Amino acid sequence: MRFRAKIVDLACLNHFSRIINTIAKLAKTCILRLTVCKLYFILSDKVANGGASLWCELSQGNFFDEFQMEGVAAEHNEIYLELVPENLSRALKTSQSAKAVKIKLTNKHCPCLRVAVELPSLSSSSRIVTHDIPVGVIPRRMWNDFREPSVPDFDVSIYLPVLKTMKSVVERMKNLSNFIVIEANLSGEMNLKIETDLVSVTTHFKDLGNPPWASEDGCQSSAQSRDLESMAEACIDIKKLQQLLAGQQVNPTKALCNIVHKRIVHFILLHEEVSLQYFIPAIA
Amino acid sequence: LSRIGDELYLEPTESGLSLRAVNSSRSGFSSFLFAPLFFQLYEPGSAGPETEVFRCKVHMKSFLGIFRSLPSLEKTVGKCLILLKPRASRLVLQLHCKYGVTKTHNLAFQECEQLQAVFDTQRCASHLCAPARVLAEAVVHFAPTLAEVTLGTGPGGKISLRNYVEDEAEPSKTMVTELWLAEDEFQSVAVAPGSHITFCLKEFRGLLSFAEASNLPLTIHFDAPGRPVIFTLDDTVLEVHLVLATLSDLQSNSQSPSTNGASHLPALSDDFADDLESYMVAMEASEGGSERPPSPTFPLRTPWPAESKPEEEEEEEEEEEEGAVPGTPPHKKFRSLFFGSVMTPGRPGLATTQEVLAEDSEGE
Repeated sequence: MRFRAKIVDLACLNHFSRIINTIAKLAKTCILRLTVCKLYFILSDKVANGGASLWCELSQGNFFDEFQMEGVAAEHNEIYLELVPENLSRALKTSQSAKAVKIKLTNKHCPCLRVAVELPSLSSSSRIVTHDIPVGVIPRRMWNDFREPSVPDFDVSIYLPVLKTMKSVVERMKNLSNFIVIEANLSGEMNLKIETDLVSVTTHFKDLGNPPWASEDGCQSSAQSRDLESMAEACIDIKKLQQLLAGQQVNPTKALCNIVHKRIVHFILLHEEVSLQYFIPAIA
Repeated sequence: LSRIGDELYLEPTESGLSLRAVNSSRSGFSSFLFAPLFFQLYEPGSAGPETEVFRCKVHMKSFLGIFRSLPSLEKTVGKCLILLKPRASRLVLQLHCKYGVTKTHNLAFQECEQLQAVFDTQRCASHLCAPARVLAEAVVHFAPTLAEVTLGTGPGGKISLRNYVEDEAEPSKTMVTELWLAEDEFQSVAVAPGSHITFCLKEFRGLLSFAEASNLPLTIHFDAPGRPVIFTLDDTVLEVHLVLATLSDLQSNSQSPSTNGASHLPALSDDFADDLESYMVAMEASEGGSERPPSPTFPLRTPWPAESKPEEEEEEEEEEEEGAVPGTPPHKKFRSLFFGSVMTPGRPGLATTQEVLAEDSEGE
């Protein structure tokens, strides 16, 4: 089982760092799945995470100049690693002016992802900084725990408002309440509501637009025959929503959410080279 | 100085005004000596054979509070007068500002014994000198909260800095960061091969930012692990020393071999073993079942086995239960080696227990 990769382009490095920063805000530990073409950051919906789950997918070709991996076996040419994304984020943080960043899976005393950053210096040889990030190798029989979640049978799908606005609204609401209700309908209207003993606050968004989902046979019929004005809602942990919005350092190309009434909210954030899906279950 | 201790010791001497501080565990000491030429006017006061040099200490916070906002001070203050009034027990700081405004601060002081760490840069086996900028750029790669760092020498004359992982921390769970600097990044390098020392990074950062701001090269004098490390800055009118205790080898011997600077290879070498195949084979072969085997990195709540501490020498300090001063290394491991009593100069450098060097004055 081998993995080595190299980033030389600074723009790619910055972009990759930003993605890692976003993941670090959402998960304390997560799974990194490596395949020949893609990297995935996965958080499965264990109780420890508050039931939230994450699926983030990027094409390695968009970031790495070199990327070689050999999985556990020829028929299972993948690697699953458990790691703390904050470590990776810190390792990349001070590499903004690097000449090259190499990442390699090693096993000196324990499995580690070694991030080696080559920095320019005034001397004849470059400065080298290495960060050994401990990782856990997930055995093949556990891989089924980390399959891509399917899009739930949602009641409403709607585009999100400008994330910056949404973020500042949610951040203020966070000071007042631990839970927030997201409700939306198929007429492009979304409300964010909090309610406590003393105060209730609602922020209304209009004209957001509803994404067209290709209707598979009978699959989305619940959405199609739905009354356009009727709201689907879910009450979720406000901290999770705030973390998701705070982690977005760049505006996504597309941002939408699917609401299953009183069950779960499924957020999809799409950038050019990376897609992120985040599931927040509703509080009973 | 405030990064080291809570009290500022002042000692006006013939060779200049000395400002000093020590940390609560006596493992860090710093002194700034401003030569008479630094000042527009310098009168240390009559210190003849009969009169003792006057020494006192004030609260660091009170002193710093007077100089709170440097940018506005630079704009408004023309002159600063520092006056010791022993009879009134007051240290007077007078800021002469624009428009005829004078701000006078009277600080209460306490007389004290001399605060002097015992150290000798000549007796250090290794010396390094680098522009502050190089060291600042090196230190930036470590987490701001990192307590201790290990400075080492490696093959090819390279100098390494690595974050120190405590014995209590699980080595397979902690990220290890290591930085390599080439010899020619330094202004001078005279080091014993294979040497390494571990010291408190937080206290060093304070001196480093001062050095960077004043654009002065920083010299590091060190010896064997356990002997103090001395950082010096030199200028025509200013002499700065920072002395920090270092971790003795008694503790570092129990670490994993990878922390030995000498055997560590530069990062981009391909010599390290990629021995994951055998690891994977071992994992696949282990007892199946739906139970996840304890992840080597994130064990499922297995209690950390109680480590038996290596035998401590009789000179080990008692552990103080006072609230830890931020940046002070843990008492057990670091030794306040260098606070020999000033009263008995013949004594060797090793202090036994909490030798309080600077006593509070007895009741008047």
